[in-house]
Amino acid sequence: MGRYILRRILQMVPVVICATFLIYAMNFALPGDPVRALGGERPLPEEVQEQIRDRYNLDDPLLVQYGKYMGNVLQGDLGESLAVRRGTDVSDIIADTWPVTALLALVAFAFEIVIGIGAGVVAALRSGSFLDNLVRGSTILIVSVPIFVIGLVAQIVFGVRLGILPVAGTAQGWVSYILPGFVLAAVSLAYVSRITRNSLMENLRADYVRTATAKGLSRRRVVGRHALRNSMIPVVTFLAFDLGTLLSGTIVTEGIFNLNGIGGIAFDAIRQQDGTVVVGIVTMFVLIFVLANLIVDILYAVLDPRIRYD
Amino acid sequence: MSAPDPSSLGGQQSAAEATHGEDVAEGASLWGEAWRDLRRNPFFVLPVLVIAVLTVMAIWPQLFTDLVPRSCDLSRSADPPEAGHWFGFDRQGCDLYTRVVYSTRASLLIGLTVTLGAFAIALVLGSLSGYYGRWLDAVLGRIADVFFGIPLVIGAIVLLTAVVDRGVWQVSAVLTLLAWPPMFRLMRSTVLSARESDYVQAARALGAGNARVIIRHVIPNSIAPVIAYATVFMGVIIGAEATLTFLGAGLQLPALSWGVLLSSPPPRELLNTPHLLLFPSLFVSLTVLSFVLAGDTLRDALDPKLR
Repeated sequence: MGRYILRRILQMVPVVICATFLIYAMNFALPGDPVRALGGERPLPEEVQEQIRDRYNLDDPLLVQYGKYMGNVLQGDLGESLAVRRGTDVSDIIADTWPVTALLALVAFAFEIVIGIGAGVVAALRSGSFLDNLVRGSTILIVSVPIFVIGLVAQIVFGVRLGILPVAGTAQGWVSYILPGFVLAAVSLAYVSRITRNSLMENLRADYVRTATAKGLSRRRVVGRHALRNSMIPVVTFLAFDLGTLLSGTIVTEGIFNLNGIGGIAFDAIRQQDGTVVVGIVTMFVLIFVLANLIVDILYAVLDPRIRYD
Repeated sequence: MSAPDPSSLGGQQSAAEATHGEDVAEGASLWGEAWRDLRRNPFFVLPVLVIAVLTVMAIWPQLFTDLVPRSCDLSRSADPPEAGHWFGFDRQGCDLYTRVVYSTRASLLIGLTVTLGAFAIALVLGSLSGYYGRWLDAVLGRIADVFFGIPLVIGAIVLLTAVVDRGVWQVSAVLTLLAWPPMFRLMRSTVLSARESDYVQAARALGAGNARVIIRHVIPNSIAPVIAYATVFMGVIIGAEATLTFLGAGLQLPALSWGVLLSSPPPRELLNTPHLLLFPSLFVSLTVLSFVLAGDTLRDALDPKLR
């Protein structure tokens, strides 16, 4: 087990390095000169431009730039914002905005787990019934609608027309997170319920479930303690993998609902070509994503004793 | 026994062949049997019809409308739907129906290009990786891990904002670069299980070389789930393009795609003119839904275990 974890971590290192390098290269190898752009119509004096280039190592070869950048990242220094909040440290911006995004993600995860797994269990237990078809039909429908359409429609219907939930912003505390959280969760929620349903139905046909029923356990116990637990393995894998979608989703959702989280900042930074902010945030997203998948791989051993490592 | 031929989609012919003896259980006509199931399944037939109509619309948009997407009357800006103009007018006073019809081409083209690109990568690298294993598998697997570690939309935003002129080909190239790993992994895993099967051993024993074994035996037997996945994948890509363009990192005007139509009015304006949001998003959703449903039913029909 220990060796397995060590090997997985070692495998993770080149992935993280290559992915962050790709992102860095993509964003900083672009045509156009961000330093010149800083001055707008009236160019900055050459000396000032030189100074800025020197500070951000923009005259070094790309690989050296990246090396210096990652060296700083490891010390917690993600550089300074060039446009969105000019002069602020990116790490400060992230420290400032992460609670909004974390709360949004938590609300979304809660929706996914409660509604997604709930609907999946109901559909599996009453497979073929009207409820099952309703769940299957609505999930495939939700998957097909782009997230920003769901967001805009939800905003118009619940926020503006019905007026039961806040339209945008976070002024009203946790209530403000219900609508964006649900929108963020919508697509993943559909997948979670489909995976739960299929996995649970498969397990309900398994021998150990028949054994459990035969030895006189109540239906509730058979489903809850035996079948459902085993059915959660693919769901947990999906949730970790889906974190990538969720993180991208925060950019859209926070943009539409005007939440001042990491996603909203990333969206502004993309439009204003604020390289350090984009690279900082995306690098962090990738790290979270890779780490989450590592943790799930390790959790496998806890959840499923059938999986052996060597 | 000869290897199943996935190109024989002709159902009747394969079904007739399948009547002699044990070949039926072996699924010598996997595609034939799937086709027999599918043509009676409304959840396959209807989406395929929708996709067919959309394809015609992408190739010959003139068949569906007499108007031209760029002849507009500013005095009709954002007017609601009326007789003769079912979808209403957009902000420039253009007939929205005409613009939606003419947008089909770019959206489908991006979906198709990215799907074919990812499919080609998956086919070549996946079969090499699964068949030869060892260091090749390790190297290709790690490369796939790198791209797998970058969430699709986020990576595409970073890459595309670096591109000044973003047309269909630029967007397609970026999406292909980032989206191939799941299909590659699927192909690799199906090849991995096909490699160990008896007919591959038999072919080798008969003296077939690696290239022949891969092309004639391994790929035909492992490609079915990948094709089903590719169908769903195409729907996902069409949705991703719309999202990217909505965020301002995808196609740009004067190009027309459903994403462009949805991104041009600022969200605030949609409150008063919901038809600007409704009709283009209806087309996106219907298209994605069709591909997801078709791919889903196709996968089930091609899975011998579900029979």
